[in-house]
Order: sequence, then C-alpha cells, then structure tokens
Amino acid sequence: MRLTIDHRTRYQFSEPQARVVQLLRMTPLDFGGQTVIDWRIDVDCDARLREGRDGYGNITTMLYIDGPVNAVSIMVRGDVLTDDLGGRVKGTLEPLPPLFFMRSTPLTEASVAISDLVPPTPTGLDQAMALNLAVKAAVSVEPGRTPKTRTAAEVLAEGQGSVRDCTHVLLAAARSAGYPARLVSGHCLDGPNARSHKSAHCWAELFIAGEGWIAFDPSTGRLPGDTYVRVAVGLDAGDSTPLSGTRRGGGIEELDVEVRIAMSQSQE
Amino acid sequence: MGRPFDEIRGFSEGAGARPEFAALGQWLDETPAAELQRRQEAAEATFRQLGITFAVYGDEAAAERIIPFDIVPRIFTASEWSSLSAGLVQRVEAINAFLTDIYGPRKILADGIIPEDLILRNPQFRPEIVGSRPPHDVWSHICGIDLVRTGPDDFWVLEDNARTPSGVSYMLENREAMIRLCPELFQMYQVEPVDSYTDLLHETMQSVAPRGCGSDPVCVILTPGHYNSAYYEHSFLADTIGIELVEAADLEVDDDKVWMRTITGRVQVHVIYRRIDDDFLDPLIFRPDSLLGVPGLISAYRAGNVTIVNAPGTGIADDKAVYSYMPEIVRYYSGGDPLLPNVETYRCREPEMLSYVLDNLEKLVVKLVDGSGGYGMLVGPMASKTQIEDFRAALKAEPHRYIAQPTLALSTVPTLTEKGIAPRHVDFRPFVLSQPGRVKIVPGGLTRVALKEGSLVVNSSQGGGTKDSFILANNGGRS
Repeated sequence: MRLTIDHRTRYQFSEPQARVVQLLRMTPLDFGGQTVIDWRIDVDCDARLREGRDGYGNITTMLYIDGPVNAVSIMVRGDVLTDDLGGRVKGTLEPLPPLFFMRSTPLTEASVAISDLVPPTPTGLDQAMALNLAVKAAVSVEPGRTPKTRTAAEVLAEGQGSVRDCTHVLLAAARSAGYPARLVSGHCLDGPNARSHKSAHCWAELFIAGEGWIAFDPSTGRLPGDTYVRVAVGLDAGDSTPLSGTRRGGGIEELDVEVRIAMSQSQE
Repeated sequence: MGRPFDEIRGFSEGAGARPEFAALGQWLDETPAAELQRRQEAAEATFRQLGITFAVYGDEAAAERIIPFDIVPRIFTASEWSSLSAGLVQRVEAINAFLTDIYGPRKILADGIIPEDLILRNPQFRPEIVGSRPPHDVWSHICGIDLVRTGPDDFWVLEDNARTPSGVSYMLENREAMIRLCPELFQMYQVEPVDSYTDLLHETMQSVAPRGCGSDPVCVILTPGHYNSAYYEHSFLADTIGIELVEAADLEVDDDKVWMRTITGRVQVHVIYRRIDDDFLDPLIFRPDSLLGVPGLISAYRAGNVTIVNAPGTGIADDKAVYSYMPEIVRYYSGGDPLLPNVETYRCREPEMLSYVLDNLEKLVVKLVDGSGGYGMLVGPMASKTQIEDFRAALKAEPHRYIAQPTLALSTVPTLTEKGIAPRHVDFRPFVLSQPGRVKIVPGGLTRVALKEGSLVVNSSQGGGTKDSFILANNGGRS
C-alpha cells in the first residue's frame, strides 16, 4: 500500500522568542514492512536543520531557529510503501539488544493490576496476543492527544486514556511478564486518531523468543500491517516523542497539530 | 579488623618512625603542638579567605564550611608511588576500553564476563549515548580513583570516580599552604611538585578536541553555578588555566555546534569540561525539567562538533555493582592480572550474597550502588542497633541497590588533634588524566582523613578533613 503522510505542527507564542531549539523524531526508516519513497521536513521561517541518529537508531532532526519569532510551523510530508507482515518487525537497525527493553520507566512501572492483565498461559506469541486484547478491553481509548501525563497504573485504574496511555499499559504488562517491550511512534491509516486528525499514532513491539520483535496495537487489538508507518522507537513515549522543544523567551505557547494520512492518489 | 598500619610509624605503637620517615618523626617530636596548631590555623584562615568552602547537603545551619586541614603531611616513597601509578594506569586504561566496548560492540557481554542485565538494565548505562564515540576513544578523561591501604604494600581500590571527581583544588591549595607554613619539610625531603596539574588538565582538554578545529581549540569549564558544593574548584581551575567558566545559560547550540555568548559576539566552543551530571546536560535528551542544561548539546556531541569531558555515559564505569567486576574488566582488556586489587564486594542482588550480608551486618560496610559522598552508607562496627535494623529492612526491600564490603583496617597517619599528635584513618584520591594513547598522573593526590578518633568515614560531608600528600623523588632520607 502506498501511504501519504502530512503532519503539520504549529507553535504560536504569546511573546516573541529569542531562540527555539527543537528535536524531531519524525522521519521513518526503511524496514521489511516499509520503504520510504519520499520524505521532507519544511519549516516556515529561517531555520537550520541537522540530521543525526539517536542511541535507538532513530533518525533525529535538530531544528535551530533564531528569534525574534512569534510562530513556527513544521510540515512533515512523505510517501511510504508498506507491506503487511502480520506484525513481524524485520530488517530494522537494532543498536540495543532486546534485554535492554526490559527496563521499566516511571511512566511504565507495573502495578499489581497491570501484572494481573497477563493471561496465565505459556509464554509466547499466543499469550502476547491475548495480553494485547486484554489491554484493549481494559482501557477505553479516546482519540486525540494525551491530555495529561499519567502513569500506566493510573491509566488502568481509570480505565480510559489516549492511544499513548493505552500503549504504556501494554508495555508495563509485557515487561512484567518477561517480554522486552518498546513503544513505536508512527502513523496509522485506520486507527482511533485517523478521523480526528489531531494526533499521530503509537503502538508497542514485544520481543518474543523464537519469533523476534512483533508489533501489537492495543488501541485496536490488532497486529500492525500495511496501514501503519513505523517512525521511531523508545522505552516509552518520553524518549521516542516525535517533537520536543525548548525556547528562550517568556510567555506561553499554543500547539496545534494536524495529521493526515491517506492512500496515495498515485497508487500503482 | 586487626591493628591498623600507621604509614609513618609502621605497625608497632610507640616505636619510632619507619626508617625512611625518621626525619618526619623527629620533626613531629620536636615541633611543639602549639606551633603546629598555629600553622594549621594560619592555613585554614587562608582557605577561608580564598573561599574554599563547600556546602553540606542536609545541613542548612552549616551551609558553607571549610574542610578542616591537617598540617601533618602524608608521605609516599618513590617506589611506593611507582607501583601505585602503574596500577592506576592499568585500571584507567581498562575503564576507557570498557566504555568504548559497552557503548559499541559490547564484546564483554557477549563473552559472558559481566552479566548482560547488570549493564543493560542499569540506569547509568545511557541509551542516548549508544553508538557514539568520543574523540580518540577517551571517555573518562579525569578519573579520581579512591585508594585505601592496610599494610606497607597493601593498597586497595575502593571506588573509581569516573564521572566528575572533585577535590583536586585541595591537592593544589594544600601544597601551597605547606610550602609557605612548613618550608623546613621541603628542605628535609625532595617532594615532587604537583603544580603542573592545571597545565596537564588543559593539555588533556586540548588533546581530545574535535578534529579540524585548529591548533588552539576553545575549552571551557561548565559549572552548575555557585550553589554547587564544588564551585570554588570550578572557578579555581578556570582561573588557573585561563579559560572561561560558564553556566548553561552562557552556551547555546546552533547548527549542531556549541557557541559561547560573549559581549563581543559568539565564539565556538570545542571542549567542555563539564562539572554537571549527565542528567542536566541537555533537556531535550535527558531531564526535560532541567534548567541547567544546554538544549542540543548531545546532538552537537554526537555530530562530533564538541568534546564533552568526561564523556556522557561514563557513570556506568563507576557504578558500585560494576565495580565488583573490575578485576575481570581489567583482566579482559589489559590481558594481565590487576596490579591494584579491589576490596572484596558482596553484590546484594545475588540471593546468596544477600543472605551472607544480612547475617553479618555488624561487621560490614553497606553502600548504595549509586551513592556517593558517604550518603546512604552503613559502617556496621560503628552503627547503632537501630541503624543496622533500618539497613536490614532497606536491603530486604531493594537488595539490587546495595553492595557490602568487609570493614577494612584503614591505615592511619599522625594527625594533629586536641590531645596532640594521634593516628587517624586516611584514604587517597589521585587524579588520573587520560589523553589519546597515554595516561598521565601528577605525583600527588587528595588525602582525606577521618578526624574523629576511630572513625573510618573520610568524606568531607561526614566530618573528614584533608592533608597534603607528599610523593618523594627518592625513597626517603634527607635530600
């Protein structure tokens, strides 16, 4: 499938900023399930962009903007050709071994209730699929951006959350069951956020002995296929976040995000 | 714990000094205590005037104090120093090789020398640094190796401070005070000078500058600010070397290069000797709530446009659980046996060792794996029943956070006390500098002394003081 992504982020500042420095993890890499045909990052003001890699192997883009600046728009656009591998993650760059992803983070600490989500069946793909469905059943997903930062335990206790919140619950449960697990940020053509256009998507990858890394989307209960575009990985949403920034200058900022994903018009 | 070894008088109490230190013994016997007291007070008055103070965390009443100074020097002979320094060079070379490996191919894990999870799940192993390589593979440019001694030839490494070790300003200021106040000792002994340290530090910074920045790279010292307990040292080093002392707000990253803002415009910075922890280096990468950091610094570092001294991620090398594997680490990278032994260490994360530790708490020293400064530490033989029980509970709750070691009979050095000259326990921190392909050590270091009678805790935060450390150019006797 050929997917076109159009991801716009607009920052508006109540006072002019002297400098803005942003770190973007918004550029996908090729792997077995996808080939990036074209990808561009544009900024609507005078800015210097520098591409690099982080420790997870993600492509990073640093954005350096001189002030005075009142607003910044970042436009990320591109086309990706995808294949349905039934969730299998092949051909990725892996600078860190699976065991590293057993680390828990403050947002993904397991509670008793989280560990209890793990079905009492033998370890393996079937158990992981059942766990993915158990998380879907336990957390009712609301589309859009994550309104406030909550831990996985809080999300589960309240029984509802964003796609990101729901993914954190799966990460915490998976690690408590002994599966190395990581968060993947990316895009999904038919996920809960696809209609609201207000947020990108994220899901989880679990390492299953004998199988390798397998992707699970607890917000839909599915194993991601060719409607997904995989962008960046990390231990949680914190270190794989698509965009983080700092600015020098007072006032408050207003953030507006619009993500559109569509099957390409020029499908061959 | 047997009778402690006195470095000047040997094992036998009351007897004269070891032959090589006979002159010092005589000086101690002949100089009236009141005269020593007067000189010591003169030294401390100077330190107070210079502002060599440090902050004690958790003690608001004594926010700024000077570290007590003891006028009686500690002495190493040339041959003691040469075997010590060979061991230090071997150890620091291994630490740098270990860091190159751990953040790169991780061969030592593949070969099963260290358990994988001890590294991969250790918070000091920084994924943000994986895949990066500092210039010339030097990670821990400045290492402060803490040594203790239990006999004439028995030195042990207690800790490898591979992040941002402090205390070198005391080595330098103590020596200046001694030359001024006790010139006769320098007539008596040919003491190796230490004042080349700051030049050597500058040379070390320049030697690891990024490629292509010319023959005169711009070096700065990055301090968290004047509230930091070691601020005096930061400003002292910058002043002495003649480079800028900066705070994060003085630096900015643009186009993956680091710039220092000055009144005449911005200047590119090539080497940053940072005296702040990894967590506070770059809010975009580490702690987003950090006000101390420089946004973009890690990108500039990964792009190879700035060298950070010591490199980010070095904390994994001085984690106390990793310390327990240092003999294996030294053997793995050097191919030889460690010249300096470790203190035997029980890893409480291992159930058998934990049960031994719980059964022997009153004999052991228990430490947090990521603690420093003598905080979060139990000295069994000195502890109250309540303290022991508190540690027992903590160990049971989070065993992986602790290690334990036997209580060593640390060596003593004669020290001026209220009751005259008396032995007090000491440790020693030499400062080891790594440059491309070579390790250099100024003949000297920081001797810390536990001023309370019988105390084994030398940390300044816990009532320790300092002494000058003489390294002799020969093996004693008059020059």
